[in-house]
Amino acid sequence: MTGKHWTVLLFLGLFILACKKDNPVKEKVENWLGFIKPANFPEPEYNFANNPVTREGFALGKALFNEPRLSRNNTVTCASCHIQSSAFTQHGHDVSHGIDDRLGTRNSPPIMNLAWNKAFMWGGGVFDLDLQPIAPITNHEEMDEKLENVLTKLRAMRKYTGLFKSAFGSEEITTARFMKALSQFMLMCVSSNSKYDKVMRKEGGQTFTDDEMAGYLLFRDKCASCHREPLFTDGSFRNNGLAVSPIDDKGLYTTTLQASDKYKFKVPSLRNLQYTAPYMHDGRFLTLNAVFDHYHQQVQATPNLDPLLQQNGGLGISLSMETRRQLMAFLNTLNDTEFINNPLLAEE
Amino acid sequence: MKTILNNPRVLVVICAILTLTSCSKKEDITPEFQETNLAPLSVEFDNIVGDRTLTFNNTANPYINAAGEPFTISKLQYFISNIKVTTAQGKSYTVNPDSSYFLIKGDDKATRFAKVKVPEGDYTSLTFILGVDSLRSTMPVDKRTGVLDPAAGHDDSGMYWGWNSGYIFFKFEGNSNVISDNSAGDPTGKKQFKYHIGFFGGYSAPTLNNIKVITVDLRTGGIAKVRKDRQSNIHLFVDVMKVFNGKNSFKIAEKPNVMFDEFTSRIAANFMELFKHDHTEN
Repeated sequence: MTGKHWTVLLFLGLFILACKKDNPVKEKVENWLGFIKPANFPEPEYNFANNPVTREGFALGKALFNEPRLSRNNTVTCASCHIQSSAFTQHGHDVSHGIDDRLGTRNSPPIMNLAWNKAFMWGGGVFDLDLQPIAPITNHEEMDEKLENVLTKLRAMRKYTGLFKSAFGSEEITTARFMKALSQFMLMCVSSNSKYDKVMRKEGGQTFTDDEMAGYLLFRDKCASCHREPLFTDGSFRNNGLAVSPIDDKGLYTTTLQASDKYKFKVPSLRNLQYTAPYMHDGRFLTLNAVFDHYHQQVQATPNLDPLLQQNGGLGISLSMETRRQLMAFLNTLNDTEFINNPLLAEE
Repeated sequence: MKTILNNPRVLVVICAILTLTSCSKKEDITPEFQETNLAPLSVEFDNIVGDRTLTFNNTANPYINAAGEPFTISKLQYFISNIKVTTAQGKSYTVNPDSSYFLIKGDDKATRFAKVKVPEGDYTSLTFILGVDSLRSTMPVDKRTGVLDPAAGHDDSGMYWGWNSGYIFFKFEGNSNVISDNSAGDPTGKKQFKYHIGFFGGYSAPTLNNIKVITVDLRTGGIAKVRKDRQSNIHLFVDVMKVFNGKNSFKIAEKPNVMFDEFTSRIAANFMELFKHDHTEN
């Protein structure tokens, strides 16, 4: 071989190295966009500075979300009660169905737009997403496991030591890393591509039909003070006048013990209602028509009933059949098929 | 045998010298109060039950409260935090919060000391919190390490409430034959009482605040002389009988289970009476 040959080989080698190095970077740019605030959404509540969402952290979080070892007998995952095709709820179950076929007392809420949540759970009690998963993991009716046992099980698995290392730089599995990874997955569950969003963002020339528009105006008149746009909840706790349940669930009072919090529950979002039946904190209403019936004529004057539901000397909100039809047309524009089919969020 | 020690005069002189040297050690000069001149101090939480020592599950010889109810103890754990000391001149020092959280466990003698570093000085007053302050109760998960790790604690000894985010400040469990077997008592028939006292005042929705700031006057039992070359130890007696017999006294039979309940604030008020300074080892 002459010196010329060596030079050519050297350049070839450099070229190959350069290509190799370039590829993963390119892949990252193309496939991983991280957490992006939708243009029509406000600034998130979650403190991303303390837990930036990375591709590796998200991948770990997704694995944990689908990991049965989070439960006592390794049978129940987060995804058992938070199913993507049901907008991360447990469709068809009034109350959550957990370990050993035990039943909880409340309806499984959607894992959706949690970055904008100030408080978690129907009755409050948790105010930091990074601490929320401890509740279902340790709940007797849900996963019935000790957090310490979960970490011990994960530490024994090469899969997880590897995933923790790529996400956080070392194989160490701590409470904080475990919780932050779960948060990273849940934060990415953003539903912001419904027809409503596209109309608001003026994307692809989308516009409301006449019925949808009429429904939107009715919504703004009758519903929007609690179900505030664009998240369709103001994040507050209110008593919407449901008849007291047989188990007498007192809602926010159970965590605050303040008499003024009795029967107040977190205002749920109206996004993705098509996939998240049944409705209310205990899933008592199987259809949206039952919800309309409630607001129209079944609101009860229980303690702390929201003032907005007792105006002009009567209880509830008048909803004629025509009003309901138009409201339904609008509510259907809040269903986000891209969200429930997003392959990024699907179990692999 | 005759020695020099048989001479009474010599003995008096030797005794006088011994007395003087021991005095001179005690009469050392109080160092100037400097926040950076740190030395070790420990606070010992010695758990007692009325006039008796703490023994677990002593069914042969149960304790008896003021209401005449016999009981035994199976678990006692509590958080001590935010330790602060003050000199007679009113100079005070608060221990760095990152190293000022202690979980005292009745069944683990090694946990009875809260060991901290404070400036060299003579302290006449000790202040601490029974529980976990509201600031730490709302901190990000990264700051919740050691005894504050929500994963800490085997079996039933965990001190973190997952569904109502916060710490149990004081966990006290045991058994008493006065407890009924129905739903007002212990339906499992084990006649168990459980007092889990928490609540830090609420994250954004206000709740009860059962955080108790305890101040102990050290002047009667002995001030703490903190020096670099020794280990000053403030020895406290923690009388858990006062849970029942304090100013808000109650009967086990009437309140065998208190956790998520407004009654927790009545029990927490009794915590002020739990701590008594016995002596200080300098």
